[in-house]
Amino acid sequence: MRLGDTLVVASRAILRHKLRSFLTALGIIIGVAAVIAMVAIGEGAKARVAEAFESMGTNVLIVSSGSKTSSGAKAGSGSLPTLTWDDLGAVRSEVSDVRFVAPRVHASGQIVSEDRNWLTLITGTTPEMFEIRNWPAKLGAILTQEDVDGGAKNVVLGQTVAQNLFGASADPIGQTVRIQNVPFQVVGVAAAKGQSSGGNDYDDVVFIPVSTFLAKIQGSLQKYIPGTILIEVTNDDLTVEVAGRVAALLRDRHGIAPGREDDFSIKNLTETAARKEESTAALTLLLASIAAVSLVVGGIGIMNIMLVSVTERTREIGVRMAVGAKPRHILLQFLTEALVMALAGGLTGVALGFEAARRLAMKFGWPLLIRPEVIAIAVGFSALVGIVFGLYPAHKASRLDPILALRYE
Amino acid sequence: MAPEPLIQIADVKKTYRMGDVDVNALAGVSLEVVEGELVAIMGASGSGKSTLLNILGCLDRPSEGRYWLGGEEVSQLDAEALAETRNKRLGFVFQSFNLLARTTAVENVELPLVYAGVAPRLRRQRAIEALERVGLGDRLRHLPSQLSGGQQQRVAIARALVNEPRLILADEPTGNLDSRASVEMISLLQRLGDEGITVVLVTHEPDIAAYARRVIVVRDGLVDDDRRIEARRAS
Repeated sequence: MRLGDTLVVASRAILRHKLRSFLTALGIIIGVAAVIAMVAIGEGAKARVAEAFESMGTNVLIVSSGSKTSSGAKAGSGSLPTLTWDDLGAVRSEVSDVRFVAPRVHASGQIVSEDRNWLTLITGTTPEMFEIRNWPAKLGAILTQEDVDGGAKNVVLGQTVAQNLFGASADPIGQTVRIQNVPFQVVGVAAAKGQSSGGNDYDDVVFIPVSTFLAKIQGSLQKYIPGTILIEVTNDDLTVEVAGRVAALLRDRHGIAPGREDDFSIKNLTETAARKEESTAALTLLLASIAAVSLVVGGIGIMNIMLVSVTERTREIGVRMAVGAKPRHILLQFLTEALVMALAGGLTGVALGFEAARRLAMKFGWPLLIRPEVIAIAVGFSALVGIVFGLYPAHKASRLDPILALRYE
Repeated sequence: MAPEPLIQIADVKKTYRMGDVDVNALAGVSLEVVEGELVAIMGASGSGKSTLLNILGCLDRPSEGRYWLGGEEVSQLDAEALAETRNKRLGFVFQSFNLLARTTAVENVELPLVYAGVAPRLRRQRAIEALERVGLGDRLRHLPSQLSGGQQQRVAIARALVNEPRLILADEPTGNLDSRASVEMISLLQRLGDEGITVVLVTHEPDIAAYARRVIVVRDGLVDDDRRIEARRAS
């Protein structure tokens, strides 16, 4: 018997009961659609996280002032400044494999243009920060070392702030804005950075020279840095090692005896990124296994209907055997029927899952990531389900006694 | 010189197990059928005539005894080889036609060729020829539900003929037909006999058996009577 004939017989049997075949395949359709959509969502989320960390820079260390320990309860890091400007200088001059070091101090404040105002994050920093964060200017220029040295009242606006103060298309370079009643001249607009994985808008920010920040915005504890130190390591692979060197240097400078806790903390973005990716990978795996379970349930549905089909067509099987069908022909016929049904369900599921993933990706602004191997696995798995669950009914059909089958009413 | 027997069975027994009791459907039957013979097997229900036909048709294997078909022993073949024998050397006609529903006449006739692995084009050609042979050349695309009982049975005969077997086995072929269609059917079978095809049919109607050249009566699993008669001609 030819393969084409087997396929024709199987397709006809499936098309004879269209609704029943559709309902039977529905389990597989839903299972596969779920697999495709879930994996795509997982991958999209993972890529989004990776992208967010990429925009932060994966070879970046963030050093913040240590947590204050009082009677065992820890306040958040940065609650008591322990990092000094001298620490920053020491890191810059004494730790090797460090490309850039920049302070970053924050305050929330109102920024006012001629006719509008906006509450944003005011960041005091140095030109190195733009290098570390890989953050160029879209219009005008970034801050310069002269701005920092001279305490210039220059400001670089984040994209969101520029839009809210001057409108989307306006060129605010040279305009004057007031921050806490101090006039600043806009020298640049930073390129758009997007949102963080937590939904924070990176572009809702303005940058001013750190010296100006300390003099005009938040001038206290001049010896200490009321914020964090950003460090860019020359090479991704050295991130952890450099973190160790920085820690050793700071412990030494702060005179912390061995065994005592650090009075600062160093966040390694590479590690955080890896942890985030791990958790999304675990989520993907969980969702995929739920989908796999639904595929198995779909397979049971196929088996059920194939058993019904074999019983209904007992007489047909008898006729086929009487005219010369061998047991393996009958086996192959019913196996093909189960396989075709499962495969059709699988392909429909891929199409539906793809569409669902596309819509979700559009809605959440994720990249649409569907790897071809995921589709191959989903289709392959549904074929496997068809074969595994079609085997028993097909075997049962092939073992029928032709005489009894011919007499079956 | 007597023609070579197409069918030769020797002391064939068939025992079924029904619960705790063994039932002897055939208790030792020996007979020979030569080529071109039209043989009617008669007998009451439960006499074993259907069992005999099933064994002759290679649908069943004897519990004991031997069966040679065209000089080749087929009594010990496995399911696969029996299927091959049915496909290549035998044709079946059933009381209830047993055509595949929702399948056209020509596709029904093609079925044995499908399992013989014949290419689609050749298969179609041979199926059309077989249908023309039984006078249904104008009904190729009809479904069984669109055909009369007599026409359906003729499709079944075309299906039995399409692999050009030397033996056709018919189980009550006229059982579901009116008298006019029955006569048409039996004359068709007679014509096949004239062409050298051996036909063995089971019937309980003496009117039909009268068209055979030989009548075998089975009773209690044994041949009760076996005689040649002057066959009535339908036309």
